[in-house]
Amino acid sequence: MDFHRRADWAVTDPAYALTLHGITKQFGSTVALDGADFDVRAGTLHALLGENGAGKTTLMRLAFGMLRADAGTIEVDGTPRRWRSSADAIAAGIGMVHQHFLLIPAMTVAENVSLGDRGILRGFNPRAAADRVRRIGTETGLVLDPAACVADLAVGAQQRLEIVKALARDARILILDEPTAVLSPAESQELYAWLRAFVARGHTVVIITHKVREALAIADDLTVLRRGRTVLTGSSRNLDEIAVIGAMIGASVTADAPATANVSAPGAAVMSLEHVSVIDERGVQRLRDVSMEVRAGEIVGIAGVEGSGQHELLRVLAGRLTADRGHVKTPAHIGFVPADRLRDALVPAMTLTENLALKDSGSARGIVNWDSYEARAAATIRGHDVRTSGPEALAGALSGGNQQKFVLGRELEGSPEALVVENPTRGLDIRAAAHVLAELRSARVAGVAVAVYSSDLDEVLSIADRMIVCFDGNATATAVDAGAVARALVGLG
Amino acid sequence: MNALARMVRSQAGASVIATLLALLIVTLVIAAGGYDIGHAATALWNGSVGSPYSFFSGTLVRATPLIIVGLAVAVAFQAGVLNIGAEGQLLAGAAAAMTAGLAMTGWPGWISVPAELIAGMLAGAACAGIAAVLKRSFGVLEVISTLMLNFVALYGVSYLVRGPLEEPTHTYPETLRLAESARLPVIIPGQRLHLGFIIAVVLAIAAWWFVRSTATGFRIRAVGAGAAAAASAGRVSVDRVVFGTFLASGALAGLGGGVQVTGVTYKLFELISPGYGYTAIAVALLARLNPLAVVVAGIFFGALEAGGAGMQRDAGVPAGFVYAIEALVILGVLAVDRVRTYAGAHSAPVAGERAA
Amino acid sequence: MSGGAFTAFLESGVRFATPLAYAALGELVVERAGVINIGLEGAIICGAFGALIAAGTGSVWLGFAGAALAGVLLAAIFAFFVVTLKTDQIITGTAMSMLGLGLTGTLYRTMYGTAGASLHIATIAPAPVPGLSAIPVIGRAFFDQPVVTYALYAIVPALAWWFYRTTGGLALRAVGEHPEAARGAGISPSRVQWAALLFGGAMGGISGGTLVLAQVGTFAEGMSAGRGFIAIAIVVLGRWTPFGVAGAALLFGAASALQTLAQTMGWGMPYQLPLAFPYLLTLVLLASTRGRTASPAALGQRPA
Repeated sequence: MDFHRRADWAVTDPAYALTLHGITKQFGSTVALDGADFDVRAGTLHALLGENGAGKTTLMRLAFGMLRADAGTIEVDGTPRRWRSSADAIAAGIGMVHQHFLLIPAMTVAENVSLGDRGILRGFNPRAAADRVRRIGTETGLVLDPAACVADLAVGAQQRLEIVKALARDARILILDEPTAVLSPAESQELYAWLRAFVARGHTVVIITHKVREALAIADDLTVLRRGRTVLTGSSRNLDEIAVIGAMIGASVTADAPATANVSAPGAAVMSLEHVSVIDERGVQRLRDVSMEVRAGEIVGIAGVEGSGQHELLRVLAGRLTADRGHVKTPAHIGFVPADRLRDALVPAMTLTENLALKDSGSARGIVNWDSYEARAAATIRGHDVRTSGPEALAGALSGGNQQKFVLGRELEGSPEALVVENPTRGLDIRAAAHVLAELRSARVAGVAVAVYSSDLDEVLSIADRMIVCFDGNATATAVDAGAVARALVGLG
Repeated sequence: MNALARMVRSQAGASVIATLLALLIVTLVIAAGGYDIGHAATALWNGSVGSPYSFFSGTLVRATPLIIVGLAVAVAFQAGVLNIGAEGQLLAGAAAAMTAGLAMTGWPGWISVPAELIAGMLAGAACAGIAAVLKRSFGVLEVISTLMLNFVALYGVSYLVRGPLEEPTHTYPETLRLAESARLPVIIPGQRLHLGFIIAVVLAIAAWWFVRSTATGFRIRAVGAGAAAAASAGRVSVDRVVFGTFLASGALAGLGGGVQVTGVTYKLFELISPGYGYTAIAVALLARLNPLAVVVAGIFFGALEAGGAGMQRDAGVPAGFVYAIEALVILGVLAVDRVRTYAGAHSAPVAGERAA
Repeated sequence: MSGGAFTAFLESGVRFATPLAYAALGELVVERAGVINIGLEGAIICGAFGALIAAGTGSVWLGFAGAALAGVLLAAIFAFFVVTLKTDQIITGTAMSMLGLGLTGTLYRTMYGTAGASLHIATIAPAPVPGLSAIPVIGRAFFDQPVVTYALYAIVPALAWWFYRTTGGLALRAVGEHPEAARGAGISPSRVQWAALLFGGAMGGISGGTLVLAQVGTFAEGMSAGRGFIAIAIVVLGRWTPFGVAGAALLFGAASALQTLAQTMGWGMPYQLPLAFPYLLTLVLLASTRGRTASPAALGQRPA
């Protein structure tokens, strides 16, 4: 197969580069897409918005041929298309940059770019591949060292490589999934400028994002998905932030739970770090001389772009990671809610009773009293509004929101002195998210020392009494204010 | 626990379906080979359960090492440890038990027999321990290291029976026989069934209770089903649980070797194990890693092997077909399980499913 | 040791290494696609049996074709389970070894009865390469061998070229390193793994065929004798590269030759020591490279 061949399909409606109509997709019992429509005008930058789990990524993976729809039609440049695999979509001029980069760390830049060239015996000439990378670099400004090993590239360069990969396949429609999630604000601006220039040359861009303000500023058109359906679409000139957020979260739901701020005065320090440093197994320093404390009855918000040290900071606070240097004080009874609940908090193949017992599994001795755990699991289910058939249900059978409510309930069981929480609402619908945030607030009122990290800055700001911002392994206290935090996130102020 | 009972029931159902499928295929193969199915089936029946002798001295004697080593595999797999070195650990255990037994000639049986079995367990644990250390300290995949160690153990036994432990006349590559007192006692007069079978059943019950009811047993299951969650939510030391389970698994496999020399062969030779360590994987899998079910699966495979010998003797059907049945049973369990997964059943992970 | 004895030692080392190299090179391709085929032993014994059946026609070359076909058939079952049904590679592989040994044993006895041992088939004789075989010491060892051995001299560099200098090789390595990334580039990881496994099965089959058609001249139950497991060790010791695997196969072959030599020369050394040595060396190498640094990153993982 030759990628550079252009099929001479009839162009019936050149106004639209990509049209998806009535797309339905189900994973097991979960409906991810429920008749979604998505129309992208040629030569525009289109933002696809929605809450976590709204179906944005699924829709774009369908457009890119990585998944197959249960129902619905796909048209490219007005021609109905059917993908057998992403190879077909690539041949039709679609490129996709995934949120988690699909790069092979053990290979060079040139090898990654050449990946997917057809033919079992077709030669791969490293020198020609390097020339191709350099040529694309001079043509587009996306400059990369072809001989560099991908494992050694910084995140921004890896993203450039993903775009170069798509361009090497002559992509005219570029889909980017949450492209700025891993970038600094300056890098984001650079990327957006490049995308605008790409569009100005007549190409088409779709960005998946949940950042409303960014989308309004950069995109020509917006489409909002909610629960697998298209709920809003139009030109960004005619839309404002309130309308878009309303569409994303549903008009009848208010995002803010009743405020309980300032009802409790913080008490003594429960968790404290003094001059703490952490070096990971690869020898990279993750925390540098960090000192901070969390007092009883307060919520300390933690912010940081990926890889700034917040991951390690939370684990040191929760007693899950030993500091290499410095002094750490944490209470014996401490709850920890990690971000990846199906990996780090729950065992999906075990029952809720067993998952409750998991909390004590490291220290338990002798014979396990399963009746007592079953009663405690039942109490947790009742006390935290977990919707399930009972303590004997498998954790994997619960919805994400109910899993998170169970984890939070388990970690709050028995009045812990402290609670460390990481991205507590990731993947939850708005109602479950509001419930989780309300639980954190009431834990504070009950005198628990709470540390919360969220990648959603608005969310942390909405519940934090104080803010700590991580940047390059340092932790700095800032005001509970978006501007102050944003500056600290990039090491300013 | 209702859910556990339900799970075992449905998994037992899958195992039964898989077994029936395997038997059906093998029947077709035998028929295609031009054998008389009725004759073959009668021979199989007579060889395995048709008479008290075939059952007690054939089936149960063959089942004994399969149950003990099956437990070794099941316990390891429960913790997500892919110990496929039970064969080597069994050989190490057999060699150590034999060495101990020969060294203790003349000692009273109540001292020498337990000492032999303990020596077997220690040797099995040591053999597994090498792989466990390589895994913990050097990150070596246990699949590869245990596979290598199987061969090292095999050559080790070969060296012993052709070298230091060879019988004095140097006619056969094997050791002297154990003294009467150094053997496991026969438990039914006139039969070959020995105390090792009782040991196997007691161990299975103990393992079942241990895994289900103790904190350590729960840690083993939690590490196997979700190592990251056990480490993060329970602050379980995953490395220690894996290491300990690895040693325990090796000790069980070594005991299987010790029981075989003290209860059946009374001597050591190169082919002392016709692949018990590999068959045990099929046993553990068919039992869905449930220690009690390992007894049932072990007896089933023991009956097949005893009956297979009978079939070869009486009906001329090659005994090799037993391996084919075992393989088909494994494939059947895997396939039926996948079908159940596709059908949307929430099942516990298949045996040996790796904890990431 | 005299020069002649050393040459004889080398010659038998190369002979022992030949079937190992076929199986290991096949396994190398399989592992580069992220799959570990513990069931290679089954493919080898099936290959040996397939060679026996097909060589009954009188043609050695049909014998090799039959060997490859038998290996491919068993590999197809393995691929169906592991790639299509996504079952556990280790457990499925164990079953494949048992299936291969059990099936060939049953069929052999069924077809040839107990008198099968007397069965002899034509084998290919060593074909000395004019000139090269006259090179002192190594000439006889490397250039007075059956043609199947010479084929390896082409297969090894061809594989190396294919791995690093073709888009197909790139795709194979990508699947073994990061199947999702390969999928994103339009490569079908399951198709690549299927192809790799069938190739590995063919090579495993030829390995068994070599035993029957170039060395022993007959079939015996279980004659694969653990070579499938040795091949897996060879791939590890060869650090997942074609030339490394060829060298490691030679080392394992030499160990077998040394064992024979030790026995015939009546050295005091236990002959099991050279046999166990390559395994111990592999373990030491694994430990010293901290396990899997050189191995494909997605090796042994269940496809998504």
